Amino acid sequence: MAHNPPQDQGVTTETPFARALLIGLSLIFLLLVLVMPLLAVFTEALRKGFPAFLESLSDPETFSAIRLTLLVAGISVPLNLVFGVVAAWTIAKFEFKGKAVLSTLIDLPFSVSPVISGLVFVLLFGAQGLLGPWLQSNGIQIIFAVPGLVLATVFITFPFVARELIPLMQEQGNADEEAALSLGASGWQTFWHVTLPNIKWGLLYGVLLCNARAMGEFGAVSVVSGHIRGQTNTMPLQVEILYNEYNFVAAFAVATLLALLALVTLVLKALLEHHFSAELSASRRH
Amino acid sequence: MEVKVQNIRKEFGRFPALHDVSLDIRSGELIALLGPSGSGKTTLLRLIAGLETPTEGRIFFGETDASEKTVQERNIGFVFQHYALFRHMTVLDNIGFGLTVRPRATRPPKAEIRRRAKELLDLVQLTGMEGRYPTQLSGGQRQRVALARAMAVEPNVLLLDEPFGALDAQVRKDLRKWLREIHDRTGHTTVFVTHDQEEALELADRVVVMSQGKIEQVGTPDEVYDSPNSPFVFGFIGESNCLRVDVDGGEIRFQGKTLGMAAAEDKHGEALLYFRPQDIVLVEDDTPHFEGQIASTRRVAGTRHVEVALGSGAHVELEVTPEQAARLDPKKIGFRPTRWKLFPV
Amino acid sequence: MTRSASSGWQFRQPSVLPGFRWALGYTLVWLTLIVLIPLAGLFFKSAALGWHDFWSLAFERRTLNALWISFGCAFIAALANVVFGTLLAWVLVRYQFPGKKIVDSMVDLPFALPTAVAGIALTTLYAPKGWIGAPLALLGLKVAFTPVGIVIALIFVGLPFVVRTVQPVMEEIDREVEEAAATLGANRLQTVFRVLLPGLAPAVLTGFSLAFARGVGEYGSVIFIAGNLPFKSEIAPLLIVIKLEEFNYPAATAIAVVMLLISFSMLFVINLIQAWSRRRYGYGA
Repeated sequence: MAHNPPQDQGVTTETPFARALLIGLSLIFLLLVLVMPLLAVFTEALRKGFPAFLESLSDPETFSAIRLTLLVAGISVPLNLVFGVVAAWTIAKFEFKGKAVLSTLIDLPFSVSPVISGLVFVLLFGAQGLLGPWLQSNGIQIIFAVPGLVLATVFITFPFVARELIPLMQEQGNADEEAALSLGASGWQTFWHVTLPNIKWGLLYGVLLCNARAMGEFGAVSVVSGHIRGQTNTMPLQVEILYNEYNFVAAFAVATLLALLALVTLVLKALLEHHFSAELSASRRH
Repeated sequence: MEVKVQNIRKEFGRFPALHDVSLDIRSGELIALLGPSGSGKTTLLRLIAGLETPTEGRIFFGETDASEKTVQERNIGFVFQHYALFRHMTVLDNIGFGLTVRPRATRPPKAEIRRRAKELLDLVQLTGMEGRYPTQLSGGQRQRVALARAMAVEPNVLLLDEPFGALDAQVRKDLRKWLREIHDRTGHTTVFVTHDQEEALELADRVVVMSQGKIEQVGTPDEVYDSPNSPFVFGFIGESNCLRVDVDGGEIRFQGKTLGMAAAEDKHGEALLYFRPQDIVLVEDDTPHFEGQIASTRRVAGTRHVEVALGSGAHVELEVTPEQAARLDPKKIGFRPTRWKLFPV
Repeated sequence: MTRSASSGWQFRQPSVLPGFRWALGYTLVWLTLIVLIPLAGLFFKSAALGWHDFWSLAFERRTLNALWISFGCAFIAALANVVFGTLLAWVLVRYQFPGKKIVDSMVDLPFALPTAVAGIALTTLYAPKGWIGAPLALLGLKVAFTPVGIVIALIFVGLPFVVRTVQPVMEEIDREVEEAAATLGANRLQTVFRVLLPGLAPAVLTGFSLAFARGVGEYGSVIFIAGNLPFKSEIAPLLIVIKLEEFNYPAATAIAVVMLLISFSMLFVINLIQAWSRRRYGYGA
């Protein structure tokens, strides 16, 4: 029986045919599940031509949806940024009882349905909610208003920054901070001049993902928003309303903005991974 | 089984890793491939295993041309530096793996595989550990499991790549002795790679010294230590001194002076003189000898090492007993090598 | 700080780094206000219902069906993602091909693309007149507005979870292990299926559970493509929204509590399996 001599690295890889087959399968899968939906957004938005696309974007309600989305993300993301840094400092830099439990609780919002995330705030602050009567008598509106949108968004994006920073700071250890302290730096100086520079790219990475989710969140804000046009509709909610009114071009036009946001996020993320892989946590280095 | 390596050349891309290497490995012998990193010793081992393909040349297992066979077909046992145990399998399943993956026709029944794996476990002195997982073992224990796993397939040849490289010094020494015992008992033809000369000399029947993709010398530990056949071997194995000398009329001269050392009559001109620090006598009379000043001395185990400056920047290191060292005059020391070798410049 | 090391039970190990007290305090207060109190409020509300009411609301036929569809579709989608996600991770880690970096980045698209956008795009594609839906319709297959559509949406949403958990573990695989299998006579398929994939099992399980948890709760990408027919393609989160719009807060609460309890207990079981695997094999993911 004739044998072909084995090729280099033949031991730890597949035959060229098997390789091509597996790559082909993956690409077809990606095409059907990821790429075509993205293309569909743009083609549907431009189905009636570019002028129609622009016209549907210049709708005042769409403008107010964009403003509201920026406002909600602009409040929620900084809140989670501060929380993420403080929580990561606590969990990564210290050893204490109950640390694992605390870490699990921070991740909790990941395993709660967005709809339930909205629901819990409705149950708390809504008209029939636990605090509803008191809020009403004091004239404070949370549900069906901006505060409710912010609360739901903060809840949904709660773990993003902390999740990114905790493994990174654990890998980095405490040696740098201990060195700074031993050289006479105060706690704040140590944080600003040593810790923060060490984690800045990881922090940016976390903020990037947090922001993408904050701007794109649908289920949770849908429950607390009340869908008041021009007032409590964020961009994803505006997409839904336009779509359900069979105004497809307009729905997809707003969707293109969100899709562009997603693409920018992906590009920035890839750049961060490429240029600062050493400054990101191990699981992000690929 | 004997293994013949014939005119093997191996290039990685355009970088040559081995140039025209030939080697006969006798059946049942324990042979060491010794060399610094980059000498091609691991490449040679992996070529024998079939983990790499030679650019040119052939490898024979007995009468069969193994170069035409894949690694799976060669039926070798390979032990890796970092054990490469399958961490989701128990020790017993690891050892039995090679038998389990055989085609149905040649696969022994399950009970038989278990029995043989247990036997090997006894052989490597890990009786009772069959249910453990690799992470529950120490480094030395893991390497013993790896060896048992390699032996389970009754290999034509057992190949070990720096098998003790990842272990602590003490465990290393124990395992060395133990490997020799196992080899004497089982008689597998065994090739192991090491960069540790002490390990190679202590363990092997024969040592293959390699450098820069070539074999420098093949011989018993005594041969390569006592009669190195190249400056590289002299320098790489044991400690040695090298001096640039002149040869003329059957005499060796250093800095113009005769030394009372004879050379072949027919050689003339410059040469390199190699000798070991311990192969000298101290000379106090005025017979011809090397002369210099003591630059420093340091204690090394039961001896004292004396660094001697011979002038014009030439230095040698000598090994003397502490008693001799105590009587030395730091200003003036005389000595003569008792065993030496000349190499062309 | 003042307690000596020998005093036995210690809340925390001493450290020279400052700020533990207030950092922990801030973390706990914020966590309590944003996450714990709102979630506790949900359970408080459901407790106020009383056992009988809760039972009849939570286990109404329509609710049970919606739960079944949510969990069933999420399970199937997560299984599909295990297969394709592991395949993708393998291709990305092991092979070189043009455009690989772009493909690698694209995997994260579902993390970045708002679910509502994904929902309307997938619906357009898989609708009977869509680019993919039309050829499938010729074959007599209907995707959009059926549970199959739900599964497609959940595959989209869950894919990066599997790829991103398996990929780093795959990168860490020691080539020596594969070579060891080969020297022992295992062919490539045996090496992949008996040695490599079992070693990846903990990471795959983690990816599965993340994709599954996400799929169970998913709303935005599903409601457009599902068709939302009660008893057929109505998911539990949508039912909660419907109950809310009917101002039927008790029903919404009851469904939410059941969903959370099932999700949490499944995550708990998966965590137990992971811990067991770590104890036994010395690794998890």
